[in-house]
Order: sequence, then structure tokens, then C-alpha cells
Amino acid sequence: MVSEECLYTKTHEWVRIEGELAVVGITDHAQRALGDITFIELPQLHVEVERGKECATIESVKAASDIYAPISGEVFEVNASLEGAPEKINHDPYGEGWIFKLKDYNRNHLSSLLNASAYEAFLESEA
Amino acid sequence: MSIIFEKTVAGRRGARLSKSDVPPAEPIEARYSRSSALQLCELSELDVVRHFTELSRRNFGVDTNFYPLGSCTMKYNPKVFEKIAHLKGFFSLHPLLPQLRGAGLLTQGALAVIYELEKLLCEITGMDAFTLHPMAGAQGELTGMLIVAAYHKYKNNRKTEVLIPDEAHGTNPSSAATAGYHVREVATNRKTGFIDLQALESAMGEHTAALMLTNPNTLGIFVSNIEEIAKLAKKHDCLLYYDGANLNAVLGRFRPGDVFFDIVHVNLHKTFATPHGGGGPGAGPVGVRKNLERFLPISRVVKRDDNTYKLEYDYPDSIGYVAPFYGNFLVCLRAYAYILTLGAQGLRRVSDNAVLNANYILHSLKDLFHAPYPDGCMHECVLSAQKQTEREIRAIDIAKALIDEGFHPPTAYFPLIVKEALMIEPTETESKETLDAFIAAMRKIAEKAETNPAELRAAPRTTPVGRLDETKAAREMDIRY
Repeated sequence: MVSEECLYTKTHEWVRIEGELAVVGITDHAQRALGDITFIELPQLHVEVERGKECATIESVKAASDIYAPISGEVFEVNASLEGAPEKINHDPYGEGWIFKLKDYNRNHLSSLLNASAYEAFLESEA
Repeated sequence: MSIIFEKTVAGRRGARLSKSDVPPAEPIEARYSRSSALQLCELSELDVVRHFTELSRRNFGVDTNFYPLGSCTMKYNPKVFEKIAHLKGFFSLHPLLPQLRGAGLLTQGALAVIYELEKLLCEITGMDAFTLHPMAGAQGELTGMLIVAAYHKYKNNRKTEVLIPDEAHGTNPSSAATAGYHVREVATNRKTGFIDLQALESAMGEHTAALMLTNPNTLGIFVSNIEEIAKLAKKHDCLLYYDGANLNAVLGRFRPGDVFFDIVHVNLHKTFATPHGGGGPGAGPVGVRKNLERFLPISRVVKRDDNTYKLEYDYPDSIGYVAPFYGNFLVCLRAYAYILTLGAQGLRRVSDNAVLNANYILHSLKDLFHAPYPDGCMHECVLSAQKQTEREIRAIDIAKALIDEGFHPPTAYFPLIVKEALMIEPTETESKETLDAFIAAMRKIAEKAETNPAELRAAPRTTPVGRLDETKAAREMDIRY
């Protein structure tokens, strides 16, 4: 399942532009591959994240993985509710399971991301 | 069954002590005494014996069942090596004895074991010098990385990064990071199953301190382009680190020292039949080339001209101490006895049979389970439950169903680069009958995935507790009574 409103990375993060902010999460494919998520280490507020660099860590019953910043920007808000209920990422990866929001993000980076159909094609090619 | 605290009966005693005739000491100050009652079990000796005997009967181990936990090498350790480790002359030796003036002569046997085992490990791996100090495989890795750092510091090299393939054991990146290096992952070539030379070339540079490789790697595949890799590494003064986790596949066939590896660690519990993990303790000796010997941890055992042994500490470039005293001496002693018992020919047969057994399993199951590398393997084979996911059966369901068949599950979901991975390592100590029974169980489970997947999802049914909620256990850890 992909959301038409989002842009995607090949490392399975999504970005959705909401006004001045860029919302980031992991895709439905990613949560499925990880299995039940047990822990998330959120990025720190107000730090600058750099495109392609790890900025958060996610743990499931199977493995621990890094989350990479899909675009550069400043962390404006994190979804603190995930710390007590990381399963939201499993249940609603594009909605309640959002992970952080960036402000003053690099708009030029958006063009390097995949749209929904390109991401779906990428998933097919990986399968 | 209930836990021992729940079995308490108020006032029951295991032994009655006679009245103390020692006058009571000064009362303990109030700030040091506990404020709540001490919770102790009140049980008879028989209650306790029955409780722990019952627990031991539920224990699952190599002594009771087949345990094909991939990457962990759960082979059978012959009991004679336990017996040797319990010989009074070794077992009762005080670790400070060699430090006492004149008492060195009383420890010549133990020092000889250390010295000779180092020599044997040098011969097996092709290295020039060994230390037995690291007390686990992971500590061996850290020791190796500290030697890497000492080497580059000695040469005034400015190095910041360690390269590690994406299939590697998780200990590799953590050891490199603990030693202060930045870790960069290098992709595996999906066709060959080992490190992609092009990806390696683009990742490697002046900043690369070391490349850590496991060979055969965690996919059970022998990395055959090692000479090209070494050439590339030498160009950048990057040290080659051999993770000996899978050395048990290549004994007498391949020596890391012959193909340019600079540092090696050996997991004695995997290859040389010493106890495992929590039942350990472990030992992770580290071997190096001549030019790195000066950095090895202290102490070192040296041979005097009169063929006696002594401990030597005067190595100014050493990375220092990594363990109390001399490492886990009794574990090393077991490995020493194992190596001498098997000899060169025996060790080679260990690896040959380990590889044969793994291939027998791979070729007997690859029609029913997806095999990402179906042509052959070394000492372990990686299968995948990918075919079974069409019936909503995952690797975890197969693993749990195997418990009901009387087998320990294989390693699941590792290596990370294989979806729904099941990593099976039969080891050389299992008979063909055991392998056949395991294969039959796997085939039965594959059939059930087609005909009755619900039953697999409910496994295990034969254990004291059924399918555990691993998510809840991880999220809401509750381990205190």
C-alpha cells in the first residue's frame, strides 16, 4: 500500500508536504518488513538533519534499523506519542505513525524522491 | 509450572540450625538496615530438589536435541574436555601464583598451555602471534579494532572509518564503533552472495582504517575474491580483519594469514568445542601479523632459553590489558586439548563434515523452500520462507513449528539481507539419521503450510507455554517477581 500524497526514498521513508512543513515516516512496506515495532529513538528537536544520513532508530522483534532523512531540514516536531505506542507505525504508517516534521527543508531535494507509482515500481523490482 | 517463590509455605525449613553461641555483633545502623521484610523461599530440601530437577527436564540443549542454530555452531562438545579442564593441577591454580617470587616454576604447565595454544592457533590461521586474553568473540573483535587504532596511530595515519559488509554479524559494527570508528556498510552482490568489489572500491579511501570480513560469510558462502579485495586494501593502508566466527568451515583448507589478512579473531566455542554463551564463559583469541605483534595486549607468555616459560609485561606499544589475568584460561585449555586430540587431519575432517552436512540439508530442502543461493554452501545454508508467505506463513511460524517436531529452531530473520531468512547450521557432530529426521520435519511443515497453515500459526503446542507475545515482551518488559 502506498499513499498518493507522499514522495518516497529507496530506503523506504516517505515525505508529505503540509504547508511549511515536511512530514516524514516509514512506508507500509517498511513496517511490514520490520514486523511488530517495539521501540523508536526519535530525532532531537531543532537539530539539522542531512539528506541520506541516519536520524532515528527503529527496533522491531526482528531487527534494529536506521531511518534516513529523505531531505535536509530542521526538526520542528517529533511524534512523541510513538515512544509509548510505537505500534502506531504498524497500524497507520502514513497517518498516526508519522515520525517527525521538518521546517526550512531543502525544496530542491524533493525532486530526487520517488512518486507513488515510481516507488511501487521500485518495490516490484526489489521483490 | 509455578515459580519457586509461589511454592513457599510459611515456616517450612530445609535445615534447622542450632542456637548460636556467638554473641551478637553491634546492631547495624538504621540507615543500613532494610525497611521491608526479606522475601526468601520457605521450602524443604526436597521441594527445592524437585523444583530444579523439573526445570532441568524442560531444558533444551545439544545434549538432548538437535540444535541447528545458524551462525552459532551448536556442536556437541565431547565430555573428555570437561574432564581435562577439571584436572586439579589446572582447576585449582591461583591466578596470582605466577606473580609470586619463585612460584613461576609451579605454573609451568599452565604457561606452556598458553604458549603452545598460541602457536597452534598461529599454525591453523597462518598468523604470526596470538593473544588468548579476550574473553569472548566480541571482545576479540574490540581487541582487534584497538590494535587497528594503535597501528594507525603508530604510523601517524589519519583514519576514521571501518568498512563492513551488510551481511555481517551485528558485533562487527558495534566493535568498530566502540573503538571510536565510523562504520560504513558495503553492499553484498546479490548474484555472488559476497561483497561487491565495485561498491567496496567506491567506499574505500585514505580514511579507511580497516575492512572486517567473515569468510565464509553469514550467507554460508566463501568469499573467493579475497585477493582482489586485499590488493585494494593494501593500496590505502587499510588493515584486513578476519572475523573467525565461521572458521569451523575452513579448517585445514584455508588460512586467513595466507591471503593477506592482518588480524584474526577465533571463537573457541564455535570451532574448538568449548562451552557456549551463558553456559560459557567464552574466549576470543586474537592473532596478528608480525608487524602488529608489538600492539598485542599484555601479559604475554615467553619461552626462556632453558625452555621454561615466564610472563612478560614490557611492551611499551601494547594496547594494554583487555582482561583480568590471562583470559579464560580453562576455556583455552579445553580448546588446546581438543586441537591436540583431533590433530591436523581430524580438524580438516571437522570442516569437511560440517560443509557436507549443510549441503545435504540445502539440497534436500531447496525444492520446497526458497534458497537464495541454491547451488551450494559452506558450513551453513540460508533458506527463506518467501514461498510460504503466499499462505501467510512466515519464518517465525516455521521456527515455532519445528519446536513441536522436537528440534531447536534455526536462526530466523538473519542475515538481514535475506527476506524471511532461516539460517541452518547442522555442524559436523550430527548423524545422517538426525539430519534426515530434521529434513522430514521441515518437509512436513512445508506441506502443512499448504494444507493447514492455521495449525502452523498456532505452534508451538507441545511446550510449557505456547506462542509468546514477543512484541509485548519487548514493549512491556516485566522480569521481576
